Amino acid sequence: MSEFLSLKNIEKRFPIPGKEDYIAVTDVNLEIKKNEIISIIGHSGCGKSTLLNMISGLDRQTEGNITLKEHEVKGPGPDRAVVFQNHSLLPWLSVYENIEMAVKKVMPELDPRELRERVEKFVSMVNLEPAKDKLPGEISGGMKQRVGIARALSIEPDVLLMDEPFGALDSLTRANLQEHLMRIQQNVENTVIIITHDVDEAVLLSDRVIMMTNGPEATIGEILEVNLERPRNRVELQHDPEYIRCREAILSFLYEKFAKEDE
Amino acid sequence: MNFELVKKIILPLLVFVAILGVWMGIANVVEDFPTPANTYVSAFGGVNAEGDEVEGVLADPFYIENEDDKGVFWQILESLKRVFGGFALALIFGIPLGLLVGMSKNAQYAFDPFIQIFKPVSPLAWLPLLLFIFQDINMTAISTIFITSIWPIIINTALGVRSVSEDYMNVAKVLRFTPLEKVVQIILPVAVPYIFTGMRLSLGIAWLVIVAAEMLTGGIGIGFWIWDEYNNLAYDNIIIGIILVGLVGFILDVVMGKIADFFDYTKKGRA
Repeated sequence: MSEFLSLKNIEKRFPIPGKEDYIAVTDVNLEIKKNEIISIIGHSGCGKSTLLNMISGLDRQTEGNITLKEHEVKGPGPDRAVVFQNHSLLPWLSVYENIEMAVKKVMPELDPRELRERVEKFVSMVNLEPAKDKLPGEISGGMKQRVGIARALSIEPDVLLMDEPFGALDSLTRANLQEHLMRIQQNVENTVIIITHDVDEAVLLSDRVIMMTNGPEATIGEILEVNLERPRNRVELQHDPEYIRCREAILSFLYEKFAKEDE
Repeated sequence: MNFELVKKIILPLLVFVAILGVWMGIANVVEDFPTPANTYVSAFGGVNAEGDEVEGVLADPFYIENEDDKGVFWQILESLKRVFGGFALALIFGIPLGLLVGMSKNAQYAFDPFIQIFKPVSPLAWLPLLLFIFQDINMTAISTIFITSIWPIIINTALGVRSVSEDYMNVAKVLRFTPLEKVVQIILPVAVPYIFTGMRLSLGIAWLVIVAAEMLTGGIGIGFWIWDEYNNLAYDNIIIGIILVGLVGFILDVVMGKIADFFDYTKKGRA
């Protein structure tokens, strides 16, 4: 059986006038199973966001191809929902309306009652009922990101793509959102790809951690399997040998094998 | 005691007194220049310095003696009609053109040089040409307003479109919005506050233009009225006209500002 999401020989070049092309990522091969949670970690400039943009279709690879459920990815679409780092909520729409807009477009067959029920289900999934009529400008950064996640999940994507989803938040809010995500994941199984530069986040959330070498010509350096039972508890994990092993493996990859001078 | 409020009342009053002082100084030096007192009488009626009984321009702004002799209310109304005629035309053509220039790089390349060249042209330079084309006072005034007030609308609409964040467009791409859905659901909400800024500038320009245009075209209108009073040697009425033009312009700007705020999502829902 063919894999759920597969990346074959992916390469991304950027032409530079008068010079040789800049090769951001090259030779990326990756098979992702259904309902798997994958983290892609690496130093800044390793092309991890470029990779995610190619999966979402917002950017196009120069070589290789990406297939989702045996269909080639040729452009952006609601089967690959994106949670953007800066949440990208439309500031003139309320929390409810931001989600409603997405559901309305992707599921035009819903009657008004089904539409309302669906939107409300996802508003409450991220515990935002009290804020559902607020505008994005009136809620905190963590709440905005929860709306972003709810909006992405509400259209029932095959894959949820998260580009450093918690990167702009303080560490307490970030931990809170990670808990949200793990809880949602327990109820609704999703295939998730998370771009991150946070080692603990990668281990805590993922089934596998993809470690990228430094750019230019970045590629997959190592793939780490995280064999931890779910649900995971961040406090208990601190002393779990497997957690410590995974953490060390990533740290050693990032700071010994592929240390970056200017960081 | 609200000290700020007291300052807001007292300080303008001080300036007002200073203006009256300068005015009386000028009236002393320039022969036949109306004094503040005489101007007040000419505006609201009473007995002037020569001991004559005067009815006052603002005592009955609604009178209609005949087609060529009407109260200032009708003069201003006629000017406003022309302003809004030209302004409406500028909106009808300016907003779509601005959307086009903002959304398409090619349209920007095509139109931008002409926008930049025609924008600084004084409305009075257009006037003779338009008068020659239309041979009609109203059409000339309206088209002059149109041609001078369309530029801020085009420029600000295009600016609004260009200020749509790439992130919003990415959301639209992931959801596979059609071009029309992109315009209605993403571009317009972002651009509307900019469009209103353009409209506010345009309306301001239009009100400036109409006074000058009417002086040249004649007939009826507050600009013509002021010129007519000059020919009648009624200099006090010119001053009344200036104050009226200023007040109406101020009211237009405030009303336009309120409408703009109503449609501006960044000013909504903020406690």
